[in-house]
Amino acid sequence: MSEATTERAPERLDRRLLRRFLRNRPAVVSVFVLAAIVLMAAFAPVIERHPYDTMQLRARSQPPSAEHWLGTDRIGRDVWSRTVHGARVSLVVGFAATAIAVVIGTLLGAIAGFFGGWLEQLIMRATDVLMTFPPIIIMLTLAAFAPRGLWVIVFIIGGLSWPGVARLVRGQFLTLKEQDFVAAANALGVRPGRIMWAHILPNALPPLMAMISFGIGNAILTEAGLSFLGLGVPPPAPSWGTMLEAARNLDILRNLPWTWLPPAGMTVLTVLCVNFIGDGLRDAADARMVL
Amino acid sequence: MFTFALRRVLTSIPVLLAVTILVFALVELAPGDVADYFINPEANTSPEALAEMRQAYGLDRPAPVRYAIWLGQVVRGDLGFSFVSGEPVARMVLRRFQNTATLMSVALAVSIVLGVTLGVFVAVRQYSIWDHALSALSFLAVSMPAFVTGILALYLFAVLLPIFPSGGIRSVGVDAGLWDRIHHLILPAAVLSLAQTATFMRYTRFSVLEVLRADYVRTARGKGLAERRVTMRHGLPNALIPVITVIGLSLPVLVVGAVFTETIFSWPGMGTLYLTAVGSRDVPLVMGLNLFIAVVVLAANLLTDLAYGLVDPRIRYE
Repeated sequence: MSEATTERAPERLDRRLLRRFLRNRPAVVSVFVLAAIVLMAAFAPVIERHPYDTMQLRARSQPPSAEHWLGTDRIGRDVWSRTVHGARVSLVVGFAATAIAVVIGTLLGAIAGFFGGWLEQLIMRATDVLMTFPPIIIMLTLAAFAPRGLWVIVFIIGGLSWPGVARLVRGQFLTLKEQDFVAAANALGVRPGRIMWAHILPNALPPLMAMISFGIGNAILTEAGLSFLGLGVPPPAPSWGTMLEAARNLDILRNLPWTWLPPAGMTVLTVLCVNFIGDGLRDAADARMVL
Repeated sequence: MFTFALRRVLTSIPVLLAVTILVFALVELAPGDVADYFINPEANTSPEALAEMRQAYGLDRPAPVRYAIWLGQVVRGDLGFSFVSGEPVARMVLRRFQNTATLMSVALAVSIVLGVTLGVFVAVRQYSIWDHALSALSFLAVSMPAFVTGILALYLFAVLLPIFPSGGIRSVGVDAGLWDRIHHLILPAAVLSLAQTATFMRYTRFSVLEVLRADYVRTARGKGLAERRVTMRHGLPNALIPVITVIGLSLPVLVVGAVFTETIFSWPGMGTLYLTAVGSRDVPLVMGLNLFIAVVVLAANLLTDLAYGLVDPRIRYE
């Protein structure tokens, strides 16, 4: 545990983080796989072979072939194109919802940790209450009563996923604000807002990055789950969850495995990558851990 | 211990109250109101008739007043009546809860036994082939949502190898015995317990490794005790304490898993009831279920904390 690091000049935090992260092989591989998935989503219109929502009535329930790489579904839509386009839905929801959650959670967590007092009490009790519900339960209620749409889902997931972030950021701020460099900044007359933003937040980033990564995975799973239950992204947008939902029909499950195996595989692969990256980031950020 | 328990119970009361506000607000914030539900598009309901209906249901009163009235009823155990079936919500929820409770408790029991056993097993063999293989598997299991594992399990064990029924809680028509019920329970319970088992295994492994590094364990080894006795008698009891928290906190995850598992396996539990309620916008039923779930989760958190206080005296004097 106790390395002789005192001799060396202190390494920059971000470089140290990167060096430690690069030693985690599954995490590095995951970065590349995830990049490939992102590219696939970005160039979906180029790599798809047929429009994802065109029903070719003469080519219904076709097994994979040269024409339809992953076959067609029951109403003649190309499964490859739908899977590729599904990546767009998953990634947009995953990243956008997590961005919303991180902004809300960081803001509230920073305020609670930095200022304390009744503000902290209020914010932390609110997170307690939200965490009492499994988030998807509230989301189901909201999704059922709200108008349907991709961005509605993004806001519902993002708007309810911040308590974890708020707790983490608050904890970080609580410890960091007692440190000497914050006292120094205070003594120099730096405004509180600037201390929070420029002095404390950068130091709270490493553990936050791991949480962001896990958050993206969770958001992707939540979208797929809501869509699976018929309350997610409305058709004809191809969501992996919606494609999987079709397999609840025993006939499709039995006879058209090529329609539901690809979205199932892609969901698991994407989430696996994001989780590996999160794991790598967490280990890299954990100073106690020897890598 | 008594003061600790009392304090812990008292602090959960404001949370409970806030939960009821949230349950009420969730439905309140939704666009449209309950009266819209009764509009018959064919019959061309007049605005007067709608206003009358709003008055009859008390919908014309301000929200805080309606909240107070609703809370008063809830406290007396009256969750109202379902819009769709007209049945008392409390009775519907409790009836379905029995099925969900069966599924969840079997899944939880399996996860605890299997997860903790495997966790200890790999921890004492750190960096062995077993450790690597099971850790990789557990990582995969944690990343697989119930709707993927459920569909896969259905495909593998009910379609390709038809050894289990594809859904339902028991065979229809015939006089279903105990074995028939167990037969229907195995697949959904396995699906529901998979991610939990993996989670418990990972935490147990971590916790055991942590404890085995502690000074008192070294002392036990130094006394010349057999390694088996050191882990089982000295290490394990302390290693399991943090696992209690993980188990207690797993309930919300289990509830979510149950929604998907019940959907896939047509299990007539709370999850499927919830989806029906949400789908038909059965407001009293949705509110009742939300409240019920929140109370169960809150109670589980409370019990977890109390159990923790019981086994770890340090917690009591924080």
